Amino acid sequence: MVYSPKLSKFLESYGIVLVLIVMMVVIAMTRPDVFLTPQNLTNIIKQNATLALVALGMLVVIITAGIDLSVGSTLALSMVTLAIASKAGVPWPVVLVIGPMVGLAVGFVNGVGLTWLKLPHPFIMTLGTLNAVRGITYLVTDGAPVSGLQPEVRYLGQAYYDLGIFAPPAGIPASLILVAVCAIGLWYFLEKTNIGRHIYAIGGNPQAARVSGINVERVLVIVYMICGFMAGLGGLLLAGRTDSGFPNAGIMLELDAIAAVIIGGASFFGGRGTVMGVLAGVLIMGLLRNGLNINNVSSFWQMVLIGVVIIFAVWIDVVRRRAAVRR
Amino acid sequence: MAQSATASAAPLLEARGIAKYFGAITALHDVNFHVGAGEVLGVVGDNGAGKSTLMKILSGLYKPSEGELVFEGQPVSFSSPKDARLKGIEMVYQDFALAGNMAIYENIYLGREPGRKLGPITFVDHNKAREMAAEHLDNLHIHVKSVDQNTEDLSGGQRQAVAIARATAFHARVVIMDEPTAALAIKEVGKVLDLIRRLKDHGVAVIIISHRMDDIFYCCDRVMALYQGTNFAEAPLTDTSRNEVIGWIMGTKGHTEALAHDRLQ
Repeated sequence: MVYSPKLSKFLESYGIVLVLIVMMVVIAMTRPDVFLTPQNLTNIIKQNATLALVALGMLVVIITAGIDLSVGSTLALSMVTLAIASKAGVPWPVVLVIGPMVGLAVGFVNGVGLTWLKLPHPFIMTLGTLNAVRGITYLVTDGAPVSGLQPEVRYLGQAYYDLGIFAPPAGIPASLILVAVCAIGLWYFLEKTNIGRHIYAIGGNPQAARVSGINVERVLVIVYMICGFMAGLGGLLLAGRTDSGFPNAGIMLELDAIAAVIIGGASFFGGRGTVMGVLAGVLIMGLLRNGLNINNVSSFWQMVLIGVVIIFAVWIDVVRRRAAVRR
Repeated sequence: MAQSATASAAPLLEARGIAKYFGAITALHDVNFHVGAGEVLGVVGDNGAGKSTLMKILSGLYKPSEGELVFEGQPVSFSSPKDARLKGIEMVYQDFALAGNMAIYENIYLGREPGRKLGPITFVDHNKAREMAAEHLDNLHIHVKSVDQNTEDLSGGQRQAVAIARATAFHARVVIMDEPTAALAIKEVGKVLDLIRRLKDHGVAVIIISHRMDDIFYCCDRVMALYQGTNFAEAPLTDTSRNEVIGWIMGTKGHTEALAHDRLQ
């Protein structure tokens, strides 16, 4: 095979966008009557906004060669706490902050546990919090959903702007704007700040980071707090969209988030991954589900296909790494 | 023994009566050490002779159990490599310690990124870092295709050059190199050794730990041998020979006729 550094760099950065475009064309051709309707597109965005936020947090963790299994539980705990607070009549600006704060707290526990207890791999610490936080979620709710939120709390998850062009319920969802703001903010943080660069350095070679005077432990705590924060924000969106905090929310969400990050071209070995890739990864999973749904393919086949896509995406990463080593 | 010309001035970095204990184990005892500006000092010794421990003390990674460090005539004490770095003492690691997923210029300024500072956050000025890196590499006559290349795409010699560039990016006074040529292809060794000589011309004190006599005799001014955790012998390069130095590593003095490592026990 001819090796061209320019082509490989281009494909590494934008190949995923090409995949996305091809998928959209294929789905649009199979169901032109349904797929391209504003309502369907609005739905895709709304349904995947929560996953997008959680996956963005997961990206930061995976760049450090870590993993956070607790995001689904964190999302659920954030959701039910803010729902309980909302029902208890806490002023809505405070309620809005509660979800992300719960996320930050869980992230802090993950980060501190990982660095202080020196557990051999973040898998173990976050497997622990996956269970513990889910347990706490059931404890505070007695396992029952909490519904009936203040309209201001629901706003981000539910509102959309028809801009006078779209017929309701189609329009630009507020959640899309939140995802865009988070994505741009995270991109800026990762690319333009020293801490963002240190996150990549830790993923590339933790020893190099350490001897360069980087406080690796402190950065890792920040990383898991960012991930928790994003999960909490995801909880806020989902609570708004469903008008409730249900303790079963986000079960297996961590796996979807990891899949989106990996499909988006991040390396499980750390040091590689982009915000744009993750958004594309989320959209690929969302489009795959949507495309199969509107073609009446069973959800069982959707699982099979998503599994195949994950394996394929990681295989691409392996091939790419092997090519890099052989040079 | 006569001092070599370059080291005649007061030493830049000096260690007096250094001892280091790890529990009941004595890694170093009564080690004296000095290096001057513009001097290249080779440190030799067998595995376990204490070379690495001594270098870790000099670079601030370990604190000596006894003895003191003197930098420019002033006693100093380092509680971390950061302290040593502030004085201009830098370490180049055997495995280069580079982040392969990052560009050359980012590796050079990793942990010390130029840019606008706001509390603990620096808003990295990537363009300035690129320019600084290109200029610095030029000064050292290091040639790379682009400072935007990831270091994992470089050859061993180029990586070593980047590691040295990082160590010297901020007015380094002393550069400590652990086996600088051990991981290199033969054809690249000469380039790295020439680079070390160039540092010397810039007035940097260079300390090289090496097993390779070729390296020592190509670029050092003076060689000192540690044996079982203490000073064993030292001499300006002009007053000694490979065979004698090899003898020192093995703890014997006065070998001149026969190659020490040719002898069978």
